[in-house]
Amino acid sequence: MSNKILSVRGLSRIHGEQCPLCIASTGPEHDTNICPHCGSVVAAHDVNFDLYRGEILGIIGESGSGKSSTVKTLYFDEAPTAGSATFYDGGAQHDMFALNAAQQRSMRNKRFGMVYQNPHLGLNFQISAGGNIAERLLMSDLKHYGEIRTRAGDLLVRTEVARARMDQNPKTFSGGMQQRVQIAKALATQPPLLFLDEVTTGLDLSVQAAILDLILEIQHELGTAMIVVTHDLGVIRLLAGRTLVMKHGRVIESGLTDQILEDPQHAYTQRLVASAL
Amino acid sequence: MNANYELPLEDAGYSFGFLDEYAKKEVRRCILKAISIPGYQTPYASREMPMGRGFGTGGLQLTLSLIGEDDTLKVIDQGSDDSVNAVNLRQFVQLTCPGVEVTEKTQEATLIQSRHRIPEKQLTEQQILVLQVPYPDALVVVEPSEARRKVMHGEADYSRLLVKLYEDVVRFDEITISHRYPTRINGHYVIDPSPIPRWDVPRLHQSPALVLLGAGREKKIYAVPPYTLAEPLVFDDIAFRVEDFRDANGKRIACRCCGSTVSFLDELIDDAGNVTHQCSDSAYCEEEQETISARKQA
Ligand SMILES: Nc1ncnc2c1ncn2[C@@H]1O[C@H](COP(=O)(O)OP(=O)(O)O)[C@@H](O)[C@H]1O
Ligand SMILES: [Mg+2]
Ligand SMILES: [Zn+2]
Ligand SMILES: [Zn+2]
Repeated sequence: MSNKILSVRGLSRIHGEQCPLCIASTGPEHDTNICPHCGSVVAAHDVNFDLYRGEILGIIGESGSGKSSTVKTLYFDEAPTAGSATFYDGGAQHDMFALNAAQQRSMRNKRFGMVYQNPHLGLNFQISAGGNIAERLLMSDLKHYGEIRTRAGDLLVRTEVARARMDQNPKTFSGGMQQRVQIAKALATQPPLLFLDEVTTGLDLSVQAAILDLILEIQHELGTAMIVVTHDLGVIRLLAGRTLVMKHGRVIESGLTDQILEDPQHAYTQRLVASAL
Repeated sequence: MNANYELPLEDAGYSFGFLDEYAKKEVRRCILKAISIPGYQTPYASREMPMGRGFGTGGLQLTLSLIGEDDTLKVIDQGSDDSVNAVNLRQFVQLTCPGVEVTEKTQEATLIQSRHRIPEKQLTEQQILVLQVPYPDALVVVEPSEARRKVMHGEADYSRLLVKLYEDVVRFDEITISHRYPTRINGHYVIDPSPIPRWDVPRLHQSPALVLLGAGREKKIYAVPPYTLAEPLVFDDIAFRVEDFRDANGKRIACRCCGSTVSFLDELIDDAGNVTHQCSDSAYCEEEQETISARKQA
């Protein structure tokens, strides 16, 4: 059995009407992702990659380059315009975009996890931190209150949130702590695949470092495969074994992170690496 | 339909049962659909009735569509046959359905329209209970969009309702919902069983009588068919509890009128601030009292 967990081919996400010239008139060589003929936004086009069990893949690029669009389609937040994705799960393989809405929701709730930059997207601020984790456990058909309490508490402790804060509303938490609760929630169903979209952006440097450490520990402990989206080269350097570089909706470079950092091929990547030194 | 049937138009200007035959047939069709998909909120074309919505027009349309000359009707409001609301509805049916008998005795009725209670006396296969519903969708407390609620119902995704119960237990050590307890019908759809107390929820379960629920304002009909699963949403390790009416010493409180210790009680507070309890089902209470006085005389 191969260790592949995800295979993405020709993934595209275009906003707007689309015309026959959209693709040919956008991308890095045109320095835009907006079609000059019809005004459509080619947020991501022809994204291809494979992800293996326990691997962390980085997606880096400037703001608007299509990173979030890519993971949002894979997490079923948005439907892709074209392309396919195959999820390999316990001997079965699933053609992700051919599944019906209920199957997609079930896959998303039970087999995937997502941590957003904005905790408002990942957490329900009307309920307690523990309730947020309980929701995911309940979605995966755990209906035992005592066990839900224990599991939610353990997850929070694992992500370094005091068990005593479990029944408090995450509204009252610091930004770093909110991200920890999001991570705990994402991990609740022990998913083999996790998406992390700019999870440390906007946090204090020391808090960032602690959360990145946590993510690495989780990957070691649980062997969770992850796609880490960031505009921060430091995050990629620390976490990702392999990296995709995106610009204007296209993947302009991909490979082992070390190689990309040492010997960037594309002029854009070269500037990115130089500016980070 | 009976080919010889004639609308009694010349008498009142209205057909039997106020609604025209076409409207009644349409409601009955929706009833059949509601029975076929237990717990599913079937949309129907709710008619204007000569009383405000919110006064039981949803239930009334069900009653009028089902009732025939040989039916015996009982109408109750919060357990009482004598409240203004119940009296008004009963009079309306008597006015528009000549020949229909009315009764206060649960066992005599073929059709019972009720608001907020299920009669204490066990209903039978020969009876239909119509419940008036103000808010038909149990999911409305967690999801404002009806389109999304429909998807959640379709997928039987009630995790967010369970989260609400979770939060309740965390904060109050118990589930605090007193009325409208979300109840799962036939293992799939969760309904709002109308503002009946928890006491009445287990009586929907495997009920020999057909239970129909009608929401006039929201234009929905749903059903708990006879002998169908009706299970309150709970956790595996926290049992559903009904009101237990115990005093400070843990003793079951008795009805002050009939002495019953097995009925649902209303709490009454007099001017002096004294608390007493009385059966909420007035017909049941009266019968209990009659039985007791008959026994005394014997
Ligand atoms: N709903 C939308 N409608 C139109 N354009 C959008 C929409 N969502 C995102 N975009 C555009 O798609 C492009 C890629 O966005 P995104 O994937 O969020 O970039 P990144 O995450 O790399 O910053 C941006 O130009 C953005 O403005
Ligand atoms: Mg983004
Ligand atoms: Zn175009
Ligand atoms: Zn009594």
